[in-house]
Amino acid sequence: MHPKRKKRLYLIVLMVAGIGIGIGLALNAFNDNLMFFYSPSEVVAGEAPAGHPIRVGGLVTTGSVKRQENGLTVRFDVTDNAESVTVEYTGILPDLFREGQGIVARGKLDTDGVFVAEEVLAKHDENYMPPEVADSLKTAHQEGVGGTTQGDTTQ
Amino acid sequence: MNEFFHMGGYAFYVWSSYAIALIVLVLNVVVPLRNRRRLLAAIARRARRT
Amino acid sequence: MISRFFHQLGSPRYFYRFSGRLIPWLAVPCAVLMLAGLYQGLVVAPPDYQQGESYRIMFVHVPSAWMSLFIYIVMAAAGAIALIWHMKLAEVIAISSAHIGASFTFLALITGSIWGKPMWGTWWVWDARLTSELILLFLYLGVIALHNAIDDKRTAARATAILSIVGVVNIPIIHYSVEWWNTLHQGPTVTKFDAPSIDIRMLIPLLLMAVAFKLYYAVVVLMRARCELLERERNTQWVTELVESK
Repeated sequence: MHPKRKKRLYLIVLMVAGIGIGIGLALNAFNDNLMFFYSPSEVVAGEAPAGHPIRVGGLVTTGSVKRQENGLTVRFDVTDNAESVTVEYTGILPDLFREGQGIVARGKLDTDGVFVAEEVLAKHDENYMPPEVADSLKTAHQEGVGGTTQGDTTQ
Repeated sequence: MNEFFHMGGYAFYVWSSYAIALIVLVLNVVVPLRNRRRLLAAIARRARRT
Repeated sequence: MISRFFHQLGSPRYFYRFSGRLIPWLAVPCAVLMLAGLYQGLVVAPPDYQQGESYRIMFVHVPSAWMSLFIYIVMAAAGAIALIWHMKLAEVIAISSAHIGASFTFLALITGSIWGKPMWGTWWVWDARLTSELILLFLYLGVIALHNAIDDKRTAARATAILSIVGVVNIPIIHYSVEWWNTLHQGPTVTKFDAPSIDIRMLIPLLLMAVAFKLYYAVVVLMRARCELLERERNTQWVTELVESK
């Protein structure tokens, strides 16, 4: 290659590498701010900032969803399979909200340790299949022959 | 057939996505076609003048 | 032999003729694959066990998002070639790609938003995936704006090439955002290391649409590149001959 062209090539490679490293360091420094939500474990351990609004993400514990008398307020537990946080929410839940589903709630912890949410978003996983396949996987799973499928994908 | 257009209650979301995609894809073909026609006409006009 | 072919292709006159003949050969398979993908995706593929029929937005959303990344890499690579070898054709491909890439990024964002409303419960969140994809749109728009702001086409090409090469660092960030950070957006389905976690009847239309979109890009980028070349070379002999022969 012509020496002048070679020089230009090296310059470009250096430029991308330099900016890449710079951005990498910046992202690393702001890592916490890039996290969209805290896990219940982090909330229980007190790692989430108290007093101002945060997001908590995890799976809705099966059997924990309870509607209050007024019919609009819901209480449910969100878990990361280690710790869980009780969430209270008044409003319309997204179509995907159900027990065992990944969700992200935005709100504040009250003094009793209940997370009062202003907004509940559903997180779906990366698996796509028709209902009959999901059903047969579920039965297979219960019989102890199924592999990993739903429920274990919310990191 | 009706069921197909109904999309299990998500008709608005599904069909608006596809409609927007169609518009964008068509525009990306129409714009260069029109540009080419105009350009060739402009070049021809100038060539005739000289 | 091959290097001679590329050398010839680099000449605007030869490229103009060659690409004109190539376009129909790409456009026809593109249309066939797209119709097949639409039929498979909207009619044949079964509904999803959780998202019902709404997941069909995937067949435009996911290929658009893939294209937004792919075209950026093509644009940056063409920019690098233009910087190193001062090849006119690469400059033209780079700026033509910017417009198409911006449209695909826009499509990925808007269809994602329309999909997010019924499923997640929101049109938009500032999570790492959505934010980095929005930055990609701004990068494309920045490249276009910078190109329009500089009158001399060759200087414009050099400036935009540098901007697009710098922006390449955003590409891995978009791709890995869902793994590096907690996001509302789910992880990859098809491009992860183990087998894709998607039913085969849903995977087929997705791949058909993905290939159709690739061919579509090839067709449209050639069409745009031909226009750019005509405009840049309007005072040359071959363009005059071309116009007169009509």
